Amino acid sequence: MSVLVAATLNEALELLSAEPDSMVLAGGTDAMVEINMGHRRPARVVAVGRIPELRTWSYNAESATLRIGAGVTYGELELDPFLRWVPALSQAARTVGSPQIRNAATLGGNVATCSPAGDGLPVLAALEAIVHLVSLNGSRSIQFSDFMTGPKRTGLWPGELIEAVSLPVFSRWQGYAKVGVRNAMVISNAGACLAVDDVGGVRIALGSVGPTILRCPEAESFAESVVDHQRRSVRESDALEFGRMAASAARPIDDHRSTAAYRRHAIEVLARRLLRRAFPNV
Amino acid sequence: MSESQHYVLHVNGTLHEVGDAWIGESLLYVLRERLGLTGSKGACEQGECGSCSVLIDDELICSCLVLAASAIGQEVITIEGIAPVGSPTDVQQAFVDFGAVQCGFCTPGLIMAAHALLERTPEPTETEIREELSGNICRCTGYGRIIEAVQRVSVARAGRR
Repeated sequence: MSVLVAATLNEALELLSAEPDSMVLAGGTDAMVEINMGHRRPARVVAVGRIPELRTWSYNAESATLRIGAGVTYGELELDPFLRWVPALSQAARTVGSPQIRNAATLGGNVATCSPAGDGLPVLAALEAIVHLVSLNGSRSIQFSDFMTGPKRTGLWPGELIEAVSLPVFSRWQGYAKVGVRNAMVISNAGACLAVDDVGGVRIALGSVGPTILRCPEAESFAESVVDHQRRSVRESDALEFGRMAASAARPIDDHRSTAAYRRHAIEVLARRLLRRAFPNV
Repeated sequence: MSESQHYVLHVNGTLHEVGDAWIGESLLYVLRERLGLTGSKGACEQGECGSCSVLIDDELICSCLVLAASAIGQEVITIEGIAPVGSPTDVQQAFVDFGAVQCGFCTPGLIMAAHALLERTPEPTETEIREELSGNICRCTGYGRIIEAVQRVSVARAGRR
């Protein structure tokens, strides 16, 4: 086993191109657990956590788009300016692990691990984020929903690195909520992000209840037909129905963390609660 | 970039050569087993308990989740480096004075976390203290006296400002 600490993006790409099987190490909060427990013995590790190009972000006012480098940590994402621009992402960030974990864990790492329980991922799905990938052969940008192909499965090609994620900055309500066994330091049993886009569309994406992050097209069109944007209101019976529709879009399983039935119930509650937060008046 | 099985870590202001070590060792393991710095405790080895918390370039981090060989060129501060022996920090003294130490296993990690918390938020509310210390598990105290100790330090520091 060897460990290489890349100082620049180009250096990392050269190392990955030479040995595409290398394990990419960012914050280490997933990878080191596997190494500590002896579940993984990579022949070569390429550490990308200190590459300056990956630790930056930029905002394009013209397109109202935020581009966040893969190496930005969840600790940073909790705070301004992210809290102001993509509050759902900041809320999700605040539920990730503990302060120690958030100081290390990166957005790019969450996307690369691509666990259905990844807290940032429902936000990326609801906001229809673009994942920017780069290799020595060039770069490409794909929709997050195309990038995540299954539980911990991605469309990343050998030799490719996640460079950044782009998100639209919307002016209306958005939020993230999850259910776990306690408030802190917990992997989600069910999670959801609800965002209202700038043309009044209501979007909801579910985590931990399917092989990938799931959008709920039926519940979304239903919500659009029943909410009142002017008054920020929705009838209680419609909020209940929205929860039921979101729950029926979930495809949960029983596993060591929870049961399918509980997860489906949790989604019903979370979806209703999020819609109520977005449209608090009756 | 370095591919060598030997590497140098900067810990508590001193350069330490790590040699004849498996390159996949965590920083926690290297601190304890290679450098003899056993103040940082190992329990869960998956970032859940916080007892291995150290500062890396001023950020509070679980050392069990750091690949030691990737920490070259970074400044690591462990509980041993927080103050000279016999001259405890205000946080350490408050933990003693207000009964925040029982078995002591979680204490080094909590001291590191409390220092990081007070750097970031000098006058935290109780909720902020609970949230900021949520990555450190204590099975003895029930946290009440730990929270009190942090509050006392905050008040004392504010009085000095």
